[in-house]
Amino acid sequence: MTAEPTAPHILLVDDDEDFLYQHRVQLEHAGYRVTTATSRAEAEALAADVGPDLAILDLMMEQHDDGFVLSHHLKRLRPGLPVILVTAVTAETGLSFSPTSGAERAWVGADALLAKPIRFEQLKREVERLLRDRH
Amino acid sequence: METLRVLVVDDETGMRLAVARVLNTYTVRPDESEEHAVSFAVDTAETGEAALEMMADSAPDILLLDMKLPGMSGLDVLREIRERRIETLTVMITAYATLETAIEATKRGAHDFLPKPFTPEDLRVAIRRVVRHLAVQREARRLAEEKRQVRFQFISVLGHELKAPLAAVEGYLQILKDGSAGNDPAVVARLVDRALVRTEGMRKLIVDLLNMTRIESGQKRRDLVAADLRDAAAAAIETVASAAAARGIAIRLDAPERAPLVADRGELDIIFNNLVSNAVKYNRDRGRVTITVDRADGLWRVRVSDTGIGLAPDDAQRLFQDFVRIKNEQTRMIPGTGLGLAIVKKLAHLYGGDASVESEPGVGSTFTVTLKG
Repeated sequence: MTAEPTAPHILLVDDDEDFLYQHRVQLEHAGYRVTTATSRAEAEALAADVGPDLAILDLMMEQHDDGFVLSHHLKRLRPGLPVILVTAVTAETGLSFSPTSGAERAWVGADALLAKPIRFEQLKREVERLLRDRH
Repeated sequence: METLRVLVVDDETGMRLAVARVLNTYTVRPDESEEHAVSFAVDTAETGEAALEMMADSAPDILLLDMKLPGMSGLDVLREIRERRIETLTVMITAYATLETAIEATKRGAHDFLPKPFTPEDLRVAIRRVVRHLAVQREARRLAEEKRQVRFQFISVLGHELKAPLAAVEGYLQILKDGSAGNDPAVVARLVDRALVRTEGMRKLIVDLLNMTRIESGQKRRDLVAADLRDAAAAAIETVASAAAARGIAIRLDAPERAPLVADRGELDIIFNNLVSNAVKYNRDRGRVTITVDRADGLWRVRVSDTGIGLAPDDAQRLFQDFVRIKNEQTRMIPGTGLGLAIVKKLAHLYGGDASVESEPGVGSTFTVTLKG
């Protein structure tokens, strides 16, 4: 399905090629425009041109906190940009953190945090919610 | 300086004082080295009951235990020590060591005997023996623990290496099941292809893992026959021919007419397949691979050169370790298990040789394997 040129544009960043492809085809099928990047550097180089309406970032790429750092940079570039951080950290360390209060969101630098493996339905709901809240 | 705690259990005051006096001023160097010296801190107890009470708090490293005590006997104390799983090395002090009591004491865990009466030198000799034993025991424990940690580390990395492709395949199947990517045949075909690529990667990892386990355990039945390195190289080239042709990569073999070696053909195939397929995988399109077989320093020398991405010196150092894959923008899309070169090196060692790499980033790499024969 080809998305409308006016459809919301999502920047999807992960160093896992399969994760990128899987979520790209699902998001496109759901009607979004999608641009992918495989590293923080690539995402930062793309961000200004793409002008995303929402970003979905993997937390751990080359550096363990690439997602956090990228989130801060993107939000500086596009104030108000909703960011979803995706991480396998919680599953692997047994830690769990989900930003609910405004203060926590500010600390995490993201508007939502999803643990891998993520269900697409859940991701889609978060995307819809954050895009709706933004308008 | 290390201090070992000694507990002396004897009902004779003179004996307790004499032992304490000797050991408090004694130093042992168990491995003859200047750095490692062992001294002693001596505690004493008059009865077995008192000794057990003291040991309940913390066990001494060495227990000097009189066989004949008022109340519970030395043998009773030994039994309690065993039952309470107290870790200490016991030397039995005894005036009338009959064979039976000696056997009984040994059965109950006594490490050594010191017959009464003994001179200060007798005591020192007995203590020296115990200290040496403790040092050997500790070293054995340390090595066992190290081995355990290495194994845990390996299993943990292996778990991650299997989990990643499994998660990817699950993702693809889930998308196909719930139709969340639509039903465009091109998209569906790509989803299936990627799932297959990842299962193939898993299968290769498991094959590599089994090969490696067999090599390391030494349990693989090796079928040593009159083999030929030229044939092994030619077979490996055949295996990668279509992949190489698709990317315009030329492969050249430079080997003598005959390169005989008594070897397991399966092992030679593993070596050549790993080196030659790497040389293609990590090459640039329209690059070259050159395989040279010759003799150097009384060994067969196999060199596989490519014109590919090359390696930084730091990465080259780590390359032959288990699960080490060099992660960068250029290698991201190239599948691999991270075990191939570790296996090649282990096999080379089996043949009295070694594996190494010389490389220049952006220019290419040359992998060299030597084999005795």
